[in-house]
Amino acid sequence: MDRLLAVFLDGLIFAAWLFLVSAGLSFVYGVLRVLNVAHGSFYSLGAYLAATLVGAVVGRGLSVLLTYPALLAAALVVGLAVGPPMERVLLRRIQGRDEVTGLLLTFAVLLIFEDITKLVWGVTPWSADAAYGALGQVRLGTVTYAVYPLALVGVGAAVGAGLWVLVNRTPFGKLVSSVIADREVSAALGVDVGRVNSFAFTLGAILAALGGALVAPMISVVPGISVEVIIVAFAVTVIGGLGNIAGAALGAVVVGLIRAAALYFFPELDLFLVYAIMTLVLIFRPYGLFGRPEVRRI
Amino acid sequence: MKGRPPLRPLGAVLGLGILLGAPWILPGWLLFLLTLALAKGLVVLGIVLLMWGGLVSFGHGLYFAAGAYTVAFLYRFLGVREAAVGILGAVLVSGVLAGVVGLFLSRYRAIFFGMLSVAFSMILYAFLLKFYFVTGGTDGLRVPIPSIAGFEPPARDIRTVYYFLNLGFACLGLFVAHRLSGSPLGYLMRAIRDNEVRVEYMGASVRRTVYAVYLLSGVLGGLGGALVAFNVGHVAPDLAYWTTSGEFVFVAILGGTGGVGAPFVASAVFELVRNYAIKLSPYTWQLGLGAVLLLIIFFYPEGLWGLYEAIRSRLSAWPKSSSKR
Repeated sequence: MDRLLAVFLDGLIFAAWLFLVSAGLSFVYGVLRVLNVAHGSFYSLGAYLAATLVGAVVGRGLSVLLTYPALLAAALVVGLAVGPPMERVLLRRIQGRDEVTGLLLTFAVLLIFEDITKLVWGVTPWSADAAYGALGQVRLGTVTYAVYPLALVGVGAAVGAGLWVLVNRTPFGKLVSSVIADREVSAALGVDVGRVNSFAFTLGAILAALGGALVAPMISVVPGISVEVIIVAFAVTVIGGLGNIAGAALGAVVVGLIRAAALYFFPELDLFLVYAIMTLVLIFRPYGLFGRPEVRRI
Repeated sequence: MKGRPPLRPLGAVLGLGILLGAPWILPGWLLFLLTLALAKGLVVLGIVLLMWGGLVSFGHGLYFAAGAYTVAFLYRFLGVREAAVGILGAVLVSGVLAGVVGLFLSRYRAIFFGMLSVAFSMILYAFLLKFYFVTGGTDGLRVPIPSIAGFEPPARDIRTVYYFLNLGFACLGLFVAHRLSGSPLGYLMRAIRDNEVRVEYMGASVRRTVYAVYLLSGVLGGLGGALVAFNVGHVAPDLAYWTTSGEFVFVAILGGTGGVGAPFVASAVFELVRNYAIKLSPYTWQLGLGAVLLLIIFFYPEGLWGLYEAIRSRLSAWPKSSSKR
């Protein structure tokens, strides 16, 4: 029983993290029709900057509680500094070219950021664990859990709810939905598609950096995390259907729970299972659990 | 849609003459780089074949590593040092692997194709890393100097022997790709890039076409992997890692899809530049790759080959245009 509870909680924590990184990826794909491989770079930049800021807060002898605003600040700074210029300078120029060009372009950006992070932060691991310990532990039944990862689940749910409200209940959400439905018609009806793209891309970048910043206290931040995350995030978004945020949430919970179970019962199978689920979903529902097949144009 | 690229006999003979004389002209380290470039060019050629149909495989490290590890396993578990057996084994293993993986991948296009192929190669990477009692883990496995068709090459000339081995296979790959580009399969592949639905309305099977080309592409990857395993004398899980696959895609785009020789030219340029760039500044190597890739995407979508064609056509038009003035 305790074991099941532990698996369930671990699964939820993992799912929250997965949702944070894949929601942005899915959202950006939905609006811009670009699979942003550099999403992983935003994630790693967020993690590195968070580790730096947490280190600075602790190093100055300030209250540990200040590390939490520092994590959020890291996400905002990275998203706002990197998102708009990348959309404006690079992605806007390949609009209308096929999706593979977007993949290659963002792959190039990923390569560039890989080296930039190495140049700025070096190759030795960074850590932000001060923020992890400060929230203490909690007893759930007979299982003792650190509070920080549980709080991450709350953040994941809050981000999900926020995104839902943004898309379904705000004027901006209406514009986004219309661009997702049909870019040309929206432009013809007077929607500033460029602005919507820019907003959506920046939001995606902030979400990626937030995922990195919030997970930084739980992991050691090293070069290469950018790629690991992009592949897993892609698997999650594909399971739910690319461009579908509710789908990303479902995919995150499915993958999170299964991976947690795998880590407890068959540790060797860990990553294999994530890919196996993705492959199975793709075989039976090529457009994801929630996706709709696209109309093929002649 | 482009037709079959024309053969240029004079250039081909001249190029072949230089390539055949290379072991006596070039210094040892340069010959080694060229040897590697030829082997990796085969993998890149495989990727370029898929690019004809607009498909980008970000996971060819899968076949590259499968071929290389086949050679290493043959020695480790069966004690086989024979290059012919190793290469044949690598071709078989990568062919079977591509046959299975291709069943899934031939259903997908664009980003799905690309990302699924990464996923498959990362599964192999995880396997090579985790099952260290079979694969040697991160340390990898040693590959001894092979015997070639029963003949033991003298250690002094081993580099030259490798070079000609790779040159032979590169020529074979070039020939196959050249024939393919003029065959119905080649035309179908390029038609798929233009419009898949129309190809199906003509009565051709898109899936079968993609599957057939994917099979060939995987075999080329395995062949290149086996050759690199012999040249380097060592295999490691990194061969299946996404960076390796990403480099192949980079070289493919650098060369462009215009001519079947482009992968080999681009591969040689890439190995040469990397040799210096990594020495000069190891931390900005990927940054440079990314920057060059951006330049190609924005300004030279046809790659080096396209650049060469543009210069050539301008040169051949030069006397006429000057007489007009």
